Amino acid sequence: MSFYETLTRLEEYPYEQLWKEYTAGDVRRALGKNRLDEHDLLALLSPAAAPLLEEMAQAAQRLTRTHFGHSMQLFTPMYLADFCVNHCTYCSFSSIYDFPRKKLSLEEVRREAETIAATGLRHILILTGESRRDNPVSYIKDCVGVLREFFASVSIEINPLSTDEYRELLQAGVDGLTLYQEVYHQDTYRELHVKGPKRNYRNRLDAPERGCQAGFRSVNIGALLGMHDWRQEAFQSAMHARYLQDRYPECEISLSTPRFRPYLGEFNPESDVSDRSLVQIILAYRLFLPRSGITLSTREPATLRDHLIHLGITKMSAGVSTEVGGHTNEGGTPQFEISDSRSVQEITAMLYTNGLQPVFKDWDILTDPVPLA
Amino acid sequence: MHDPLLIGGTALTSRLFIGTGKYSRNTLIPEVVARSGSEVITVALRRVDPDGGEENIISHIPGHMTLLPNTSGARTAEEAVRIARLARAAGLGNWVKIEVINDQKYLLPDNLETIRATEILAAEGFVVLPYMSPDLSAALRLKAAGAAAVMPLGAPIGTNRGLRTKELVRIIIEEVDLPIIVDAGIGRPSEAAEAMEMGAAAVLLNTAIATARDPLVMAEAFRDAVAAGRKAYMAGLGPVEEVAAASSPLTGFLG
Repeated sequence: MSFYETLTRLEEYPYEQLWKEYTAGDVRRALGKNRLDEHDLLALLSPAAAPLLEEMAQAAQRLTRTHFGHSMQLFTPMYLADFCVNHCTYCSFSSIYDFPRKKLSLEEVRREAETIAATGLRHILILTGESRRDNPVSYIKDCVGVLREFFASVSIEINPLSTDEYRELLQAGVDGLTLYQEVYHQDTYRELHVKGPKRNYRNRLDAPERGCQAGFRSVNIGALLGMHDWRQEAFQSAMHARYLQDRYPECEISLSTPRFRPYLGEFNPESDVSDRSLVQIILAYRLFLPRSGITLSTREPATLRDHLIHLGITKMSAGVSTEVGGHTNEGGTPQFEISDSRSVQEITAMLYTNGLQPVFKDWDILTDPVPLA
Repeated sequence: MHDPLLIGGTALTSRLFIGTGKYSRNTLIPEVVARSGSEVITVALRRVDPDGGEENIISHIPGHMTLLPNTSGARTAEEAVRIARLARAAGLGNWVKIEVINDQKYLLPDNLETIRATEILAAEGFVVLPYMSPDLSAALRLKAAGAAAVMPLGAPIGTNRGLRTKELVRIIIEEVDLPIIVDAGIGRPSEAAEAMEMGAAAVLLNTAIATARDPLVMAEAFRDAVAAGRKAYMAGLGPVEEVAAASSPLTGFLG
C-alpha cells in the first residue's frame, strides 16, 4: 500500500466540473462537522468557499487555539550544501547553473550553529541539494553530531532516502523530516524535473511514508503552490497528510504552504496563487486536519505573515538565510529569494504584540550521540 | 476543614493542579498560580530550556510550587523513562507525570506503555503520576507498579469536552485505593466540581484556563469550584430521588 494508489483514484476526479458543483451550503455543512471527509475538503477549496473565508477563519482560529494554544513554534533553516545533480526548472541550485558550489565543513557547521543558537532558536531544519557524492548520508550524520550540541530538535529537508537511511539519521539525532512533493500532478512533475534522480515521482511520493516507518517524530509535507492548479494540489496534499496520519498515528504529520518564489532562472509558474487563495488553502488544511501543524516560511512577506499567524499556522521560520553558510558569511547563492528577512528578535516581538508566545524549544533529542563517521 | 491531599510524602492544601502550556506569555504563569491557589504545576520537559533565559518556562514558576515534569512527546515506555531521567537530572525534582501517547489525532494515552514506564520509574524512586485512559484493570496495574496516584482522563486532552468518562472514572475511584486525579478534558468549573463531588482527589487542567478569554479570572473560578466540589464530597451528598419524597410517609402512623 502506498499513497500512490489513493492518488491514482483522486486523479480520476473531474476537478473542473467539481469546482463548479460545490455550493455555499456544502461549505457551511463542512464547517458544522467534527470530522471532515474528502468531499468537505473539496468544498472548502472550491470557489463556493471564497465568500465564506471569514467564517472559515473564525472556525480555524478556534481550532488552532484549542489544540495549540496561544503559541508559535519557531525554527530556522540551515543550508549545508548546494551541490545538486538534479535539473529542476524552478530552483537556483539546479545543476545547469554555473556558480561556485559550497559545502560546509564541520567547523563551519559549528560556527553557523553557534550564530543561530545565540538568537535563542533551538529547532533547526538542515537542507542540502541532492548529490550522494558530495553530500552523502554519512556527511549529514556528521553534521547532526555537531548540531545536537546546540539544538533540541534537528529536522532534515534533503533528497528522499531509504527507510534504513532514515533510521540511521534518526539514530544520529534527527527527529523530523520535511519533504515536499513540489507538485502532485504527474505530467507537470515530469516537465519541471528535467534531469536527475528527482525525476522519479514515486520515490519522492513514498519517502514521507518511509520516514514514518523509520520512526521520525514529525513528518512535514506540502506542494510548491503555483506549479499546477492550486485547488487540486492543495486537495491532494491534504489527502496525503491524512493518509499518513491515519496509518502512522504516532507521528505528527504537518503541512507547509510554500508559494513559488523568484530564483536564478526565468521559469514562470502556471498558476498564480493570490493571497486570498493562500488563505483559503491554510483554512481548509486546518479545518480538515485540526491537530496537524501548519508551517509558514519566509517565502511570504512580513505583513502577510503577521496576518496569517492568526489563521491556523503553528510553526514559522525566523532569521532566515537560504544560502549555504548564510548565517556567518556573505556571498552564497540563495536557493530562492525570501520575503521576510526579520531577525528572530523582531519575529519574537511581533508575536508577543499579537498575543502569541514564541516557542523556541519543544523537544529533546533522546538518542545517544553516535561517533563521527 | 483540615483535609490535606497526601502524595509522595507531600501534603497539599489545593486540589487543583495546573499546567504551563498554551499561554500567550509565560509571565501569566505566576499570576495564574496565585489566583488558582494551586500548589502543583505540570511542565513538559520538551519545553524546558535551561539556556533560554527569559524564555525558559521554569524561571516563571514560583519557587513554592511542586513541579510535575511530564513526558509529553514520549511514544514508548523507553522514551518516557528517558525523559523522566532527563527531568530529574535537570533539577526538576522527582515527581513525574507519565504521558505516553501514540496517537496524534486524539492524543489518547497508551496504557500498556504507561504501566511499563511506571514500573521502571517507581523502582528508581520517582513519585509517579501516570496519565491514563480510564480502565479499571490498567489502574490496578498502575497501583501495583508503584504509582503514587492515577490520573484518568475526562475527555481527550485539550478538548474542553468535560467529564465524558464519568462512569469509568467513578469505578476507578471506588476500586483503586490511591488518589485519583482527573486529568484532561475538564472545560468548565462545574465539571471540575462534579469530578470532586464524585470523590476525585484532585483535578489537573490547563487548556480551560489558558485559552479562556480571561485566564486569571478563570483560574479563580476553578479554584472555587474545586474547593466547593471537595467540600460537597466531604459533607456527603444527600440521596437523589426520582420523584418528590412524600412529606406524609405511608408508614407515619407507626410512630
